[in-house]
Amino acid sequence: MERISMREAISRALWEEMERDSDVFIMGEEVGLWGGTYAVTKGFYDHFGEERVRDTPIAESVIVGAAIGAALTGLRPIAEIMTINFAFSAMDHIVNEAAKLHYMFNGQFVLPLVIRTVSGGGRQLGATHSQTPDAIFAHFPGLKVVAPGSPEDAKGLLKSAIRSNDPIMFIEHATMYQVRGEVPDGDYTTPIGVSKICREGKDLTIISYSKGLELSLNAADELIKDGIDAEIVDLRTLRPLDMGPVIESFKKTNRAVIVEEGWKSFGVGAEISSRIYEEAFDYVDAPIIRVAQKEVPLPYNRNLEQAALPQIKDIIIAAKEVLNG
Amino acid sequence: MADIITMPKLGFDMAEGTLVRWVKREGDIIEKGDVIAEIETDKATVEVESNYSGVLRQILVEQGSILPVNQPMAIIGTEDEDISSISLIKDELKVPKTKRNQEGKEKTKKVEDHASGQVMDTSKSRFLISPLARKLAKEYGIPLENLKGSGPSGRIVKNDIDLFIKDQGISSVQNDKDQIVPLKKLRMIIGKRMTSSKKSIPHFYITRNFGVDKLFDLRTQFNDAMDGKAKISVNDLVVKATAVALRRFKNLNASINDNDQVIQHGSINIGIAVSVEEGLMTVVCKDTDTKSLIQISRETKEMAERARAGKVKPSDIEGSTFSISNLGMYDVDEFIAIINPPEAAILALGTAKEVPVIENGSIQIGMVMKATISVDHRISDGAEAARFMQHLGEILQSPIALFVDI
Amino acid sequence: MVNEINYLDMYYQMVQIRRMEEKAAELYQQGKIGGFLHLYIGQEAVSTGLISARLPQDRVITAYRDHGVALNCGLAMKEILAELLGKATGVSGGRGGSMHMADPSKNFWGGHAIVGSHLPIAAGLALGDLYKKKDSVTICMFGEGATNIGYFHEALNLSKVWNLQVLWVCENNKYGMGTQVNKASAVTEIRQKAEGYGIPNERVDGMDIMAVRKSSIEALMQVRSGKGPYLLEIMTYRFRGHSMGDPERYRTNDEIKKWEEDDPIGNFRKYLMREKISTEKQLLEIENKAEDDVAESVRFAENSPEPKIEELFKNTYFTD
Repeated sequence: MERISMREAISRALWEEMERDSDVFIMGEEVGLWGGTYAVTKGFYDHFGEERVRDTPIAESVIVGAAIGAALTGLRPIAEIMTINFAFSAMDHIVNEAAKLHYMFNGQFVLPLVIRTVSGGGRQLGATHSQTPDAIFAHFPGLKVVAPGSPEDAKGLLKSAIRSNDPIMFIEHATMYQVRGEVPDGDYTTPIGVSKICREGKDLTIISYSKGLELSLNAADELIKDGIDAEIVDLRTLRPLDMGPVIESFKKTNRAVIVEEGWKSFGVGAEISSRIYEEAFDYVDAPIIRVAQKEVPLPYNRNLEQAALPQIKDIIIAAKEVLNG
Repeated sequence: MADIITMPKLGFDMAEGTLVRWVKREGDIIEKGDVIAEIETDKATVEVESNYSGVLRQILVEQGSILPVNQPMAIIGTEDEDISSISLIKDELKVPKTKRNQEGKEKTKKVEDHASGQVMDTSKSRFLISPLARKLAKEYGIPLENLKGSGPSGRIVKNDIDLFIKDQGISSVQNDKDQIVPLKKLRMIIGKRMTSSKKSIPHFYITRNFGVDKLFDLRTQFNDAMDGKAKISVNDLVVKATAVALRRFKNLNASINDNDQVIQHGSINIGIAVSVEEGLMTVVCKDTDTKSLIQISRETKEMAERARAGKVKPSDIEGSTFSISNLGMYDVDEFIAIINPPEAAILALGTAKEVPVIENGSIQIGMVMKATISVDHRISDGAEAARFMQHLGEILQSPIALFVDI
Repeated sequence: MVNEINYLDMYYQMVQIRRMEEKAAELYQQGKIGGFLHLYIGQEAVSTGLISARLPQDRVITAYRDHGVALNCGLAMKEILAELLGKATGVSGGRGGSMHMADPSKNFWGGHAIVGSHLPIAAGLALGDLYKKKDSVTICMFGEGATNIGYFHEALNLSKVWNLQVLWVCENNKYGMGTQVNKASAVTEIRQKAEGYGIPNERVDGMDIMAVRKSSIEALMQVRSGKGPYLLEIMTYRFRGHSMGDPERYRTNDEIKKWEEDDPIGNFRKYLMREKISTEKQLLEIENKAEDDVAESVRFAENSPEPKIEELFKNTYFTD
């Protein structure tokens, strides 16, 4: 085991897979010479060369579109969309092409494609550079959406994604790259489409992923001081969604809080709470509470921005509220 | 001129009743005395007879409605008379409360089965309760009205169920071998009444041995004389004896009201406990002290039959002023009964047994029955109750007192 | 190296396409084909001439007017018709319909419905071949309407920047749906747009199959030589509306008639006769055979089973 950062974990996954399989290559803006705007591919260009670490023009549609074409020829491209905010410029290729080609052509087209991108706000980058629209991409059948919450999962899940023959959107978080965690040595993969109870407890269930998970773990450490023992489920994959551990936990605690950085309306929490009500209605002892971003484009001003983003204290308040509800 | 059928007052303390089902439909021809509906009071379900003849022109309330006494329920008139002015009453009626019903599904099913064309969802609850708590309450057969909700707006949550269970001592550790039996309606009613009785009435008890040799002799004589045409039991004799004895103890044939007044009842109506499938019912023999033994015997038998068949009439079960409970057929030495409010007392009879008795200094075999009277200490006291028991004993020893005033 | 071809075979393919499309129109009007149906009638020379020039390793990708292209790439007519009828025996198992025919084994990569979206994919196909150092050329066909959308520009740009082996083929049939070229595009000579990207280009008469073929052969050679992408603007005309149900208020009957006199099949027929490459009899035989093919294909398609409802979710993901 080694304690490394999220950035390091992702970087190692990419490196190891590129070493392992020569069909794997990276393309995107500033991935090569710059080393990636989050420094994830630092050193890759020098080691793997420009054929395998391809700097593209600023043209998201063709980044994803060409990655799709390359995948169709049998390669395993990893297209990087610098931030998920720019993914909208490639929306057609992500949800109309990548998600659907395999189905529309009756399985004749195989797309072993990974789209790596970054969600999240909190660095005063302004509304159009700070979104967490993960739920939107999870809406489309045919596209898998993965969003790790720990370095261990990030490495394992990215490897799985690269080795998978499905088109997968791999969402990293802008303010989690320096989060550290224990990562096993050697080669390992983490299954896609499997949630995990990452903190056992008994008083309530907190369901989250990515940044929300980091906040929830911190909140749980605070809550225990008040005698509240929270169980936390890390979704890890948004589509396909694994409700198993969620329901299992909910049946035990009967009260849930769902935490996400995206907006509440039509978000991840909306889906999860619906499913809990559908699958565990008789176990509901209080209405499910969703902690999410306030319904506003994220402002530049630091205080305003933080006021809009979900915080640890919001989770604590929600936990106490759900226990009283 | 059309007549209005209203929710009848079926007992002096009845404030409201539930219209369980309409037996007749709009348009049916009604003869005076026809059963037109079934009503549930807090004592039992009873059939309501129409006091008028005519056509049932309009039904004003739906099955399942809880109505205060005297609330109009239906209109009976001739086939074609104009009842528009009267039927306006329907709009003026307050929306009747729907029955709080834990066995909602069963109730609804029952209503549907009778196929009067009106199906009412009586399972709507007035309770705020979480899905989990509702499920648990159903599983444990806990009536929702027994629960106090600690959640927002008084919502009942799991914790409330847990506390209730702990309180009641119900094992919350459910075993595969445990069987959950939901409480039947009657049991719940009995439970409520007895709980209330024990909580609010200061009971005291007096036990006495009664020599009943002469009583048994009288019974034998009587039945022989009737030669099968009629038959009386020892219980019938005890019932009459008690009624006669009460003539001199008006305080034990009484009730206390909210104004701290004791109402000494003008009639002596003995309530006799009858065992029915779902529990216990008390059928009432009116003016017992004036009735003949044959009358008492026959009435008691008929009422008991009706009770067991679930066809009890309101008059069968209302108006008792003193109750008797007899467990003599079960080889019981003695027992203590709980007073049926608003009565002042209840007499519990044990089995009549052959036991050694001392008579004139020597041991004889005698037939002795132990009886215990439970009395409301707000109305009477030990001395009076003891004197009553003494007087009753005298009557039982000399049964001629049943026929003449000694 | 030039792909030798039997001219009669080219004629046969053109007639097959014509008759197949006419039959498709009929079936559509009978309610047996649902959704959109974009007919290739009038444009047969373009795909037939173009694809006749390709080598087996060359990839073909096109937009939604793809039935003819599919046939030229070697897909069976009966499977094309079965797909139009939504049958399980269709090219895409009934899942794709008219706009989504494809067969990787024949190097035909679809069949795409979103205007211009397949151009970046074409660049990707070429990227894959570049990565593996293959000499395949990706032949990407699209209409002139698609040259106004962002995808066109991103794809052409990248193909030039990365030196991808793509032959960009613009079928200019003068109307993007109902809008004339001069109303939609800043330049009416589409090939000029390639100039902006430094991509060599030329204009070709699409009603003359021999001209199409000649230009295609030369263009492919150029691209394959490592000189980067090339753009062919092929002038053509569709005799029918944009798709079935097009009221065609944007052009006159006279105009259509005029073009029909320049029917590519008629032109080629005359050519074959004139050059004594074939006899009237042979041509008639071919025409009859094509009609038989259509009849047989319709029978096959109509008798084919529907896809199973239980298999609704099949192929949503590769891993299921």
